[in-house]
Amino acid sequence: MKDNDIKRLLYTHLLCVFSIILSVFIPSFFLENFSILETHLTWLCICSGFVTAVNLVLYFVVKPNASYKRSSLSHKVTRFLKCCIYFLMSCFTFHIIFVLYGAPLIELVLETFLFAVILSTFTTIPCLCLLGPNLKAWLRVFSRNGVTSIWENSLQITTISSFVGAWLGALPIPLDWERPWQITIERKCNTCSSCMGLGTITQ
Amino acid sequence: MQKISVLLFLAWVCFLFYAGIALFTSGFLLTRLELTNHSTCQEPPGPGSLPWGSQGEPRACWMASRFSRVVLVLIDALRFDFAQPQHSHMPGEPPVSLPFLGKLGSLQRILETQPHHARLYRSQVDPPTTTMQRLKALTTGSLPTFIDAGSNFATHAIVEDNLIKQLTSAGRRVVFMGDDTWKDLFPGAFSQAFFFPSFNVRDLHTVDNGILEHLYPTMDSGEWDVLIAHFLGVDHCGHKHGPNHPEMAKKLSQMDQVIQGLVERVENDTLLVVAGDHGMTMNGDHGGDSELEVSAALFLYSPTALFPSSAPPEEPEVIPQVSLVPTLALLLGLPIPFGNIGEVMAELFSGGEDSQPHSSALAQATALHLNAQQVSRFLHTYSAATQDLQAKELHQLQNLFSKASADYQWFLQSPREAEATLWTVIAELQQFLRGARAMCIESWARFSLVRMVGGAALLAAACFLCLLASQWATSPGFPFRPLLLIPVAWGLAGVIVYAGLLATIGLKLDPVLLGAVAAMSSFPPFLWKAWVGWGSKRPLATLLPFPGSVLLLLLFRLAAFFSDSFVVAEARATPFLLGSFILLLLAQLHWEGQLLPPKLLTVPRLGSSSSACLPRHSGAYALRLGVGLLLCTRLAGLFHRCPEETPACHSSPWLSPLASMVGGRAKNLWYGACVGALVALLAAVRLWLRRYGNLKSPEPPMLFVRWGLPLMALGTAAYWALASGADEAPPRLRALVAGASVVLPRAVAGLAVSGVVLLLWKPVTVLVKAGTGAPRTRTVLTPFSGPPTTQADLNYVVPQIYRHMQEEFRGRLEKTKPEGPLTVAAYQLGSVYSAAMVTALTLLAFPLLLLHAERISLVFLLLFLQSFLLLHLLAAGIPITTPGPFTVPWQAVLAWALMATQTFYSTGHQPVFPAIHWHAAFVGFPEGHGSSTWLPALLVGANTFASHLLFAVGCPLLLLWPFLCESQGQRKRRQPPGNEAEARVRPEEEEEPLMEMRLRDAPHHFNAALLQLGLKYLFVLGIQILACTLAASILRRHLMVWKVFAPKFIFEALGFIVSSVGLLLGIALVMRVDGAVSSWFRQLVLAQQR
Repeated sequence: MKDNDIKRLLYTHLLCVFSIILSVFIPSFFLENFSILETHLTWLCICSGFVTAVNLVLYFVVKPNASYKRSSLSHKVTRFLKCCIYFLMSCFTFHIIFVLYGAPLIELVLETFLFAVILSTFTTIPCLCLLGPNLKAWLRVFSRNGVTSIWENSLQITTISSFVGAWLGALPIPLDWERPWQITIERKCNTCSSCMGLGTITQ
Repeated sequence: MQKISVLLFLAWVCFLFYAGIALFTSGFLLTRLELTNHSTCQEPPGPGSLPWGSQGEPRACWMASRFSRVVLVLIDALRFDFAQPQHSHMPGEPPVSLPFLGKLGSLQRILETQPHHARLYRSQVDPPTTTMQRLKALTTGSLPTFIDAGSNFATHAIVEDNLIKQLTSAGRRVVFMGDDTWKDLFPGAFSQAFFFPSFNVRDLHTVDNGILEHLYPTMDSGEWDVLIAHFLGVDHCGHKHGPNHPEMAKKLSQMDQVIQGLVERVENDTLLVVAGDHGMTMNGDHGGDSELEVSAALFLYSPTALFPSSAPPEEPEVIPQVSLVPTLALLLGLPIPFGNIGEVMAELFSGGEDSQPHSSALAQATALHLNAQQVSRFLHTYSAATQDLQAKELHQLQNLFSKASADYQWFLQSPREAEATLWTVIAELQQFLRGARAMCIESWARFSLVRMVGGAALLAAACFLCLLASQWATSPGFPFRPLLLIPVAWGLAGVIVYAGLLATIGLKLDPVLLGAVAAMSSFPPFLWKAWVGWGSKRPLATLLPFPGSVLLLLLFRLAAFFSDSFVVAEARATPFLLGSFILLLLAQLHWEGQLLPPKLLTVPRLGSSSSACLPRHSGAYALRLGVGLLLCTRLAGLFHRCPEETPACHSSPWLSPLASMVGGRAKNLWYGACVGALVALLAAVRLWLRRYGNLKSPEPPMLFVRWGLPLMALGTAAYWALASGADEAPPRLRALVAGASVVLPRAVAGLAVSGVVLLLWKPVTVLVKAGTGAPRTRTVLTPFSGPPTTQADLNYVVPQIYRHMQEEFRGRLEKTKPEGPLTVAAYQLGSVYSAAMVTALTLLAFPLLLLHAERISLVFLLLFLQSFLLLHLLAAGIPITTPGPFTVPWQAVLAWALMATQTFYSTGHQPVFPAIHWHAAFVGFPEGHGSSTWLPALLVGANTFASHLLFAVGCPLLLLWPFLCESQGQRKRRQPPGNEAEARVRPEEEEEPLMEMRLRDAPHHFNAALLQLGLKYLFVLGIQILACTLAASILRRHLMVWKVFAPKFIFEALGFIVSSVGLLLGIALVMRVDGAVSSWFRQLVLAQQR
């Protein structure tokens, strides 16, 4: 049972990383002038879309948590709407936190918000998939001895490493090497995804 | 006794750090050796005949004089673009109109109409660009080094050979008028002098009007050979308003009239020199080496033709500023000063527009050759005196010089040679002079590696000692007294042995080395003692006590000191680190399960055994604290001053004083906001004191808080009103305004001092109503009869009395207020230490506030709010270990230090010299300070290191606050069921928290905790300065060393000294309160016995 779970876990994480890699290459077939460095905003959107899709697909295919007792249509719809609201809330919360961290309030507002969106896709969407819109369960998972299954354990590690990756991404900002990637923020996201991969390996 | 040994131990640790800093500084900030040799007329600089000296002209020395008189007009901070001619614009381009552009129209007119008589240069200034260093360079032709920058306002006479000395020894009459810095530099050198005070940078007109009063009469009288006029208005206008102010346009127009008047008056034998000693930055400051600071204007004019007939260059030529020295010396027929390393401006010796090309080239070569001979002689003498200069480069230069000299001599002997060879000789000579100058610039930043390494090692050892002792201090067997006495004895012994050794050898005693020897020799006994007493029993792993997160953040912070861009960006990096730290603290609290009720966290698999640590606060409460802290940090970040190195960044406009604002309405609104901040600060402190009940106490400090603090706030507000509107005051009230702006700040400072004295006199702010005849319900159980005599008896009896009083008061209060029991906070003993600390901090904050610009008061309000929130947040995570030992976790200390750094930046400071707020020296002394230098230094220092001081003094609050928060925590929850042992011992305390009296109950642990807190804070500060020294020594050849790393090191070192003194003061204050509480209890016991 446990071995089986670990195997499935490994595949899901591989798929996630693969989707990020795909999001780098696939758009260049459809879009003109696509490159990570120059059209970083587009890439951010596409990347977050890919990761969301993969997560949703995995959720429906793998079904890591037990099935629910009530599964009427209206219940599902409210659940879905609740998930959407949670996602939006998390985007805005991250945005506010970035501004409090020193991001400019008015200039670069689009970049900051997109960064908030992508960080939420890396953190909030797996939580929503795995735990549902249940804030208490989230709080439980992110505390010591709060983890019950290996899925939750992996969720804990990937989410925390995403935050750490985003934090580390801020470090090169003051360097004056005048590289183009410094003005973009996808450096942070790269670190995020690599940290996610790292989280997978340590499973 | 133990208290004193705690303080002395901390002082000894501070001394170790100071010794390390001093040793490192002496190796790092080296000075250039000043030679006292002089050039003389009779002694030519090298072999070979002097070209015209032998002809017996009256005013010829090494060369015949071309001008018999010079008018040198020095306009302080005349940046190059102030004087640059404004060409007519392209049709499509909109004309640039800045207040400082194109105001010197007479220069432009002369340059256009008389191109052979006048020329404008961009003179390249060597940093540091402070006026005294520039004056030294402009007269000696040498390079004043970095270390002189510190003594800018305590000038001393120049001992090196200089132009003024040469002029006076040649019997010329030198008349000076203007900046009185010259009086100190050249005492008694002038035949006639009109000095005006230079230090008051707010005064734009006194110096200039004084000069103008004397300038033309002196000139017309003809009793002078050299006339020097040093105008200060432009510089002061830059300091006060910045270059982009209409006042600057007025000042420059005035200077233009002066130049116009002089040009009309100069005669044929006179050279007019108009020079700026340095430039200014966009903000009007100077001192560093940014492009705007080092480019100054230099303008030469004479009624006789100066320059060859070839057309002047399109763009003004760039020349080093020191070139003026040899040029003026040779033009006036004087010897070039001995230590000059400047290169003559050869084209000035070409002999005017009608001279032959051949003879003009010969004249230039002659001047250059004399110059080169003099520089070569200087290099020879200098390298014989010290080992500063690099032998290899010196050798190369000597070869170059002998070749050029031989070529020149050979040319002289066969004068019919082609002109082309002459030009090659000139090029060789110029190459030699430039090489010599470059070598000197590089070599005068040579370091003594041994001292630097020694200083860094000493600092590292002191940090290690702090770490060791802070771990050891709370363990029970910490020997306070032996630990102090033995190292001090060893240190003294080391000093005596070293001094004796030096005396027998006969070397000079160096105080820096002496201190280092004392510090080093006091180490081994401590380490040995530590090893015997503690280290051998425990594994060394306990030496690294940091939680991982703290270690990580500390490492990030230290690594940032090694990159110049991170040092420059520290103002933004520190709030980032602080924010991360706050979020980390919150996450950690959550992770440990202290934020949520335990029922949420119980997991079926594990059961409920894990939730040993109960939540002391609700999650939302801690979250609110964290978000509030982040918000405060972000708001404080709005008051951001940009470093010079980031041109894209814009400084906050709120840092400038209100007086420089133009709009009347906005000014009033801002003034209202500032006064509002002041009132809010005052109200917050009073509210806090009232909440803990200390405000009800009839003791003098609380009376002072009630009446004195509002008075101080009133005085501050009135002073701000006067300062921001002083220029608009009606003339009748001028005298009143001037008087008030002297009296008010002094009155506020005086009130603050008297408040502190009151606080020290009676620090126990408790409402005593015992013995008023209330029915006694309990008696104090004493195991002895008579008054307590020993400390042990007192320790036993004091808590009993305290508890007794508590019950008594509760009974009385319940009578009056039947709605519920009040906690011990109503009795004020529980917060007696914190109340004294908070009062002291407020009293300290007001005078510091006065030294800053008005709008910084908002930052001070944020500072208090921020530290309040942080203390609460930290207190949420610190468990109270009831009988001791008490500890302050590393997180708390690191967050406190980070906040001190952040506040340093948000009060508008930067660790560079141009960013120092010199205005602070005039608060209360609008007329300047006369000759005293320590008072302005003190004021400016207090302004610069205000945040270091406040946070260091407030450091003991970190220890006290968790006990203070106990009242809230316990009011909300019931007594934990696990602590039955304690409940049995103190059954009557279930409702009433003891708060800070817990500290009083365990005096040994209290002292140990204070010692530990001090050591931890010193460690965090010390490791920062260690990182700075390492960065400065490893990167000592870095491009940015003088611009970034050295100023950073100096600021960190001074900040460390201020912080350590503040820490000692803060701990001493707590100990004073402790002593006063003890004596208060003793009196109470005596009263009860009677």
